[in-house]
Amino acid sequence: MADVTPSTSKKKSGKAKPAPKGKAKAPEAKTNGNSTDATGLRTKTDRPLTSSRQDLALDQSTKISSSDVCVFYGDKQALFDVNVDILSNHVTALIGPSGCGKSTYLRCLNRMNDVIDIARVTGNIIVDGIDIYDPDVDVVELRARVGMVFQKPNPFPKSIYENIAYGPRIHGLASSKSDMDEIVENSLKRAGLWKEVHDRLHEPGTGLSGGQQQRLCIARAIAISPSVILMDEPCSALDPIATAIVEELIEELRQNYTIVIVTHSMQQAARVSQRTAYFHLGYLVEYGETDQIFQAPKDERTQNYITGRIG
Amino acid sequence: MVGYLFLAIAIISLAGFYAGRSKAQTSVGKLSELHSLPNFHGGFIAAWIGIPSIIVVLLWLLFQGTVIDNLLLSSLPADKVEGMDQAQLSLVLSEVRSVAAGNIFGDPEPHIIAAAERYNSWYSISRWSMVAVALAMCLIALLFTRSKISGRFRARHRVERIMDGIMVVCSVIAILTTFGIVVSLLVEALRFFDLVSPLEFFFGLNWEPQIAIRADQVTGGGAFGAIPVFIGTLQIAFLAMSVATPLGLFSAIYLTEYSGPRFRKAIKPVLEILAGIPTVVYGFFAVLVVAPSMREFGATIGLDIAPNSALAAGAVMGIMLIPFVSSLSDDAISSVPDAMRHGSYGLGATKGETIIKVLLPAALPGIMGGILLATSRAIGETMIVVMAAGIIATLTMNPLEPVTTVTVQIVTLLIGDTEFDNPKTLAAFALGLVLFVVTLMLNILAQRVVRKYRERYE
Amino acid sequence: MSDTALHSPPGPIRSHDWGSASARKRVKRRYMHDRILQWVGLGSIGTGVVLLLILLSSLVSTGLPAFQTTKVALDLFIDPSLVSREDPGKGNFRKITRDAFAKYFPDVTSRSDKRQLYKIMSSGAPFNVRKHILKNPELIGQNISYAVPLSDPYDQLHKGVIPRQIEALSRGQQQLGEQLKQRRLLSLEDGKTAANLTIFINPELVNAEDPAGGDFAPMLAEAIRAIFPRASPTITRDILAPDAADTVKQTVVEAPALIGKTLQLKVPVSQNFDNLFRTGEAMIDNPRFGDPKVFAWYDSLAERNLLQSNFSIELFTNADSRFPEQAGLLGAIAGSFFSLVVCFLLSFVAGIAAAIYLEEFAPKNKFTDLIEVNINNLAAVPSVVFGLLGLAVFLGTFGMPRSSPLVGGMVLSLMTLPTIIIATRAALQAVPPSIREAALGVGASRHQVITHHVLPLAMPGILTGTIIGLAQALGETAPLLLIGMNAFIPSIESIGILEPATALPTQIFSWADSPERGFVSRTSAAILILLGFLFIMNATAIYLRQKFERRW
Repeated sequence: MADVTPSTSKKKSGKAKPAPKGKAKAPEAKTNGNSTDATGLRTKTDRPLTSSRQDLALDQSTKISSSDVCVFYGDKQALFDVNVDILSNHVTALIGPSGCGKSTYLRCLNRMNDVIDIARVTGNIIVDGIDIYDPDVDVVELRARVGMVFQKPNPFPKSIYENIAYGPRIHGLASSKSDMDEIVENSLKRAGLWKEVHDRLHEPGTGLSGGQQQRLCIARAIAISPSVILMDEPCSALDPIATAIVEELIEELRQNYTIVIVTHSMQQAARVSQRTAYFHLGYLVEYGETDQIFQAPKDERTQNYITGRIG
Repeated sequence: MVGYLFLAIAIISLAGFYAGRSKAQTSVGKLSELHSLPNFHGGFIAAWIGIPSIIVVLLWLLFQGTVIDNLLLSSLPADKVEGMDQAQLSLVLSEVRSVAAGNIFGDPEPHIIAAAERYNSWYSISRWSMVAVALAMCLIALLFTRSKISGRFRARHRVERIMDGIMVVCSVIAILTTFGIVVSLLVEALRFFDLVSPLEFFFGLNWEPQIAIRADQVTGGGAFGAIPVFIGTLQIAFLAMSVATPLGLFSAIYLTEYSGPRFRKAIKPVLEILAGIPTVVYGFFAVLVVAPSMREFGATIGLDIAPNSALAAGAVMGIMLIPFVSSLSDDAISSVPDAMRHGSYGLGATKGETIIKVLLPAALPGIMGGILLATSRAIGETMIVVMAAGIIATLTMNPLEPVTTVTVQIVTLLIGDTEFDNPKTLAAFALGLVLFVVTLMLNILAQRVVRKYRERYE
Repeated sequence: MSDTALHSPPGPIRSHDWGSASARKRVKRRYMHDRILQWVGLGSIGTGVVLLLILLSSLVSTGLPAFQTTKVALDLFIDPSLVSREDPGKGNFRKITRDAFAKYFPDVTSRSDKRQLYKIMSSGAPFNVRKHILKNPELIGQNISYAVPLSDPYDQLHKGVIPRQIEALSRGQQQLGEQLKQRRLLSLEDGKTAANLTIFINPELVNAEDPAGGDFAPMLAEAIRAIFPRASPTITRDILAPDAADTVKQTVVEAPALIGKTLQLKVPVSQNFDNLFRTGEAMIDNPRFGDPKVFAWYDSLAERNLLQSNFSIELFTNADSRFPEQAGLLGAIAGSFFSLVVCFLLSFVAGIAAAIYLEEFAPKNKFTDLIEVNINNLAAVPSVVFGLLGLAVFLGTFGMPRSSPLVGGMVLSLMTLPTIIIATRAALQAVPPSIREAALGVGASRHQVITHHVLPLAMPGILTGTIIGLAQALGETAPLLLIGMNAFIPSIESIGILEPATALPTQIFSWADSPERGFVSRTSAAILILLGFLFIMNATAIYLRQKFERRW
C-alpha cells in the first residue's frame, strides 16, 4: 500500500517552488506565543501537506528546504541565516558543539519553537513544497507530518497501548478498535519493540527500560504516519547497548522516512547518517555528504571540531 | 500584683546578668583566659533566676484556683452540701465567689459568708506565699549560680544547653496541642456517650438537642441522632465543592497553560484575595446578597427557596474555596514535566487535547489531593454556615431547604454555656470529635496522595 | 499469539489524506474544542473575579453610609437645677436633651405626640450630652450648642438608605391586579377604579323583606373566587374597597327583584389597587417610621437646615451599643489588638524556637518526625476545634477568665503557630549553607552561627510569615465565639487583657445578627475596616518580602 503512493512525491518536490510570498513577509511572521500556537493558523486556503513517500533508497529529491532561517529568543539571535536542503529518505545528522543552534534548527522544522513564548523565527522552511511558517499552515497537521523524538524518553504516564494510540486517536486515524490494534501493532513492529512488549501492552509505558522507552516514543511518532522524523539526541540518555539498537532502528526507518537527527556524538553521526550539517555558534558552517564532512571537511572550524579541538 | 512580680523577677534576672558578667571579667587577668564570653556567664545566671521562678509562678496561678475551690468545698458544713450534685456545688461555689468579690445580692446564708471570708483570706495567703517562693527562688539561684562562675567555667555550653531545652519545649507545643485536642474532645465525648448511647448518636435520625437543657430532662429527653447533621454537613460540602471544583480547576488550567505570564501574574493574587477574606465576611455576604437574590430568582421561576437554604451557604463556601482548589491544581498541573507537553505537541496534539488527555490524567492525583483538602476545609468551615445555614436539623436532600451542619451545631450548642454537665453541651464535643477525626483522615489521605504523586516526578 | 504473528513483518504504512473534507472538518472541530476549553477557563477566572467584585462592591455600597452620622444641632441649657456641679454624672440629661429638641417644635404639645417626636432623636442622645458635660463640667449653667445623632430609622432615611415609602402590595397581589386588567374586568368610574364583577345575589343571605339587612360580603368573596379559584381567602379584602359590599347592598335595596339572580356590577376596589391601576404603583408610608406625622416634623428639621451629616468619628471612638447610630468599634478593635499582641508574643517566640530546633538541631528520628507530621496536620484542623480546645482546657481545666483577650490570644496563637513554624523553616532553608560553613569556619558555635548569621538573614521571611499568620488570626471568628469573646461591651472603660471583650470578627457576627437596619450598614462598615487592617498587614508582608528578598 505504502509502496504505491510514491510517484506523487517526486512531482510534488519537483514543482516545489517555494511559496513566493514567503520571504517578503518573513520578518513579521512567527511570533507565535503559546496561546496562539494551538488556536490554529490554517483557515481558508487548502494546501495540505500531502503524503509523499518512496522506496528509492537514495533519491536525491529535496524533502525539506530552508532558506535564511534565523531564530531569536527575545533579543538574542540563536540562529543566523541557515540554508539547508534535506533529502528524502536520508538520515541527516546535525552536529556541533553545545549551544551551536542545531537543536534550535531542528525544532524549527515542526515549529516546536512555537511553544516557547519568546522565540521568533524568520526565513522560509519548505516541507514538501509548503512553507510551514505560512499562516495558512496548521501546526497540528504539520506536526503529524513531521514527527519528533526527544532527548529524554518521554512516554505519557499511560499504558504502552495508550501511548501509541494517543496520536492516531487525536488525529482520528483509526476507524475501529481493530484498526487501532493494527496501527499499534505495526508501529511497535516498525520500532522493533513488538516482540518485547506484545504481551504487556496494557502495562504503563513508564515501566519500560530507558532504551525501550525511547523506542516506544519512536513507535508513538510512527503511529501517525509522518514522512519526516526529527530526533533530538535520541540516544543521549541511553546506555551503549540500547543506543546500538536505536541506531539500527534508525537505519531501518530510513527506508520509509526522512530522518533528521541531532547528535552530540560524531561517531554516531558517522554511523547513522548519509549527510551531515555542522553548526557553529548559530551558523551553519558546512553541509554535505557525511563521508566528505568527516574525511575532508572544507572549513577549518569543522576540521577542528572533528579532530576534537573544539566542542 | 502578678505583673509586678514578673517585673521584679525580670529586674533580678537583669541584675544577675550584670553580676555574672562582671564577676567573669574580674575573675581572670585577661579576657582571653575566659572559656566563654562574659555575656554567657551573665546569661547563665539570668536564665537560672528567671526561668524556674516564672514557671513556678505560672503553675501556681494555674492551680491555685482549683486547689482553693476544693479546699473551700471540703470546708463547707457537711449538712449544707450533703447530696448535692456537681452542678449545685458549682452554683454554691460561684455564690461564694461573688460574695467574696463584694457583689452581695439578697441575704446570703451565714455559712456562705463565712466561706467567702475564708476564700478571700486563702487567696491572699496563696498570693503572698507565691511572691515569697518566687523571690526566694530567684535569690537562691543568684547565690548558687554566681558561686560557680570562674574563668574556666563553661558558661557558653550551659547557656546553649538551656537554649536547646527551650527550643525542644517549644517544638513539643505542637504535640501538646494535638494531645490537648484529642484528650479534651475524647474526655467530654465519652462523658456524652455515658448519657447518650453512641448507637443513637451515630445512627439516630432525630436531632433536637435544645430540649435537653431543662433540668428534668437530662437523659432521654433531647434527641441526639446526628445523622441529619452529618447529612447536612455533607450536602453543604458537596454543594461547595461542586462550585469550587470546576471554577478552580478550569481557572488553574487557563492560568498554567493558556495565559501569558503577565496575565497570570496579575490574576493570581486577585484570586488569592478570595482566600484571604475572613469567613465571617463570607457569611455576611451570603446573608446580605446571595440568599436574598437566590430567593428572588427562585420566586420568578416559581421555586420556593428558603432564606437559609443549603444552596446559598454551599455556593458562598464554594466561592471561598475557588482559590484553594485553583492553586493546588495549578501546582499539580505545572509540576507535570514539560517533556509530557512537548511529547504531545510533537505528535500534533492541540493544546486542549494535551491538557485533557495528557496533563490532567498525569496531574490527577495532585488535583484529587487538592480537592480532598478543600473538602476537609468545607466540612470544617464554621462561620459561613453559622450565619447562612439553618439551625434546625431536618433530614432532607433538597438543597433549597435549610439544613444544619456539625460546625453550626457546635457553635449554637456552646454559645453562652460553659458548664459541661448536660448532654446538650457535651454533644458539641462529640460532634467536635467526629469533625476532628474526619478532617484529619481527609488531610492525611490528601497528603499521602499528593506525596505519592510528587515522588512520581522526582 | 502465534509465533508467525509475532515475527511477521509490519503491515504497510498507511497514508492519511489531510486534504480530504472530513480530515479538514476534523481538524476544525479539534481547534474548536481547544478554544472551548480556553474560553471555559477564562470564564472561570472571570466568574471568580466578578464574584470578588460583587462581594466587595456590595460591602462598600452598604457600608459607606455608616461612615456618616446624621445629627441634629441642639441649643442646650445645662440647667444647674437638673445637673449639679458636685455630681454631674447623676444629672437629668434626658430632660435637658428632650426639652432642647422640643424647642424646635413649639406646636407639639400633647404627651403622645411628644413621645412620637422624640423618636426622631437617638435614644442615646442624653448619654452623649452627659459625656460631653462630664468632660467639660464648666459648661454647667451655660447655653451650649451641641449636635446629637438622629435615631436609626431617620438616620437611614436621611442617607437615603431606606425609602420613605414602600410598595403597598406584594408581588403576588400585583400579579392578581395585572390579571384583572388583562381580563378587562376593570374600568374607571368617576375617577375611581371599579371592578366589574359577576355577583350572584344569594337568597340565603338576603331576604326580600329586609334587603338592607343582608350579608353581602360573602357574595363578593364568591364572585372573586370565581375569577381566582386558587387564591387565598383574604384576597377579597385586598382587592375590593371596604365599602364594596355597600354598593351591592344599595343596588339590591333599590331593586329587590334581583335577589336570586346573577348580575354584573361595578364595585370599587381598594385604595392600593386603585392607586396601582391609575398611577402604575401603589405606595404607602414606610411602616418602620410609625406615625406619618413624624415625617412632617422630620421634614421641617431638614428644611430648617438643622440636620447635618458628619464623618462618623463615633464609629471608631464608641464602644458597642444597642442603638446602631451610637454603636462603635473601639471595644472590638481593642479586643482584637490585645488578642493579637498575646498571640504574637506567644507564637512568634515559640514558633521561631521550634522552627530552629526542627530545622537546625533536631536529630532525624521518630520523635521529630512525629512533631513534623503534627505541625502539618495542625495547620489543617478546623478552627472551631481549637475553640473547643480553648473552652475545655483554658476555661474548663485551668479556669482562666472567660471572654478575655488573654484566652483568645492563646487560642489564636495555637492556630498561628504552625503557620509561623512552616514559614520560619522555609526562611531558614533559604539561607545558603555556605554562610553557615563560613561562620563555623571562624570558630563560632552552632548556636552562634544561628543567632549571629542565619537568623538575621532569615528574619524578613520569618516576619512575612508571622504577619500573614497574624492576619489570619485577626479574621478568625469561630474559636473566639466558643470562648465567649463576643461579649457586649457598651463602655470603653472596661477594656483589659483579663476583662470580657469582643473582637472585630465577633463584633461583625453580633451586628450581623441584629435586626435593626442600621446594623446592616454598620456590619458592612466593620467588615470594611477589618479588610482594611488585613490589607495593611498583607501589604506590609509583601513589602517586606520584596524589599528584603535575597537570591543567593
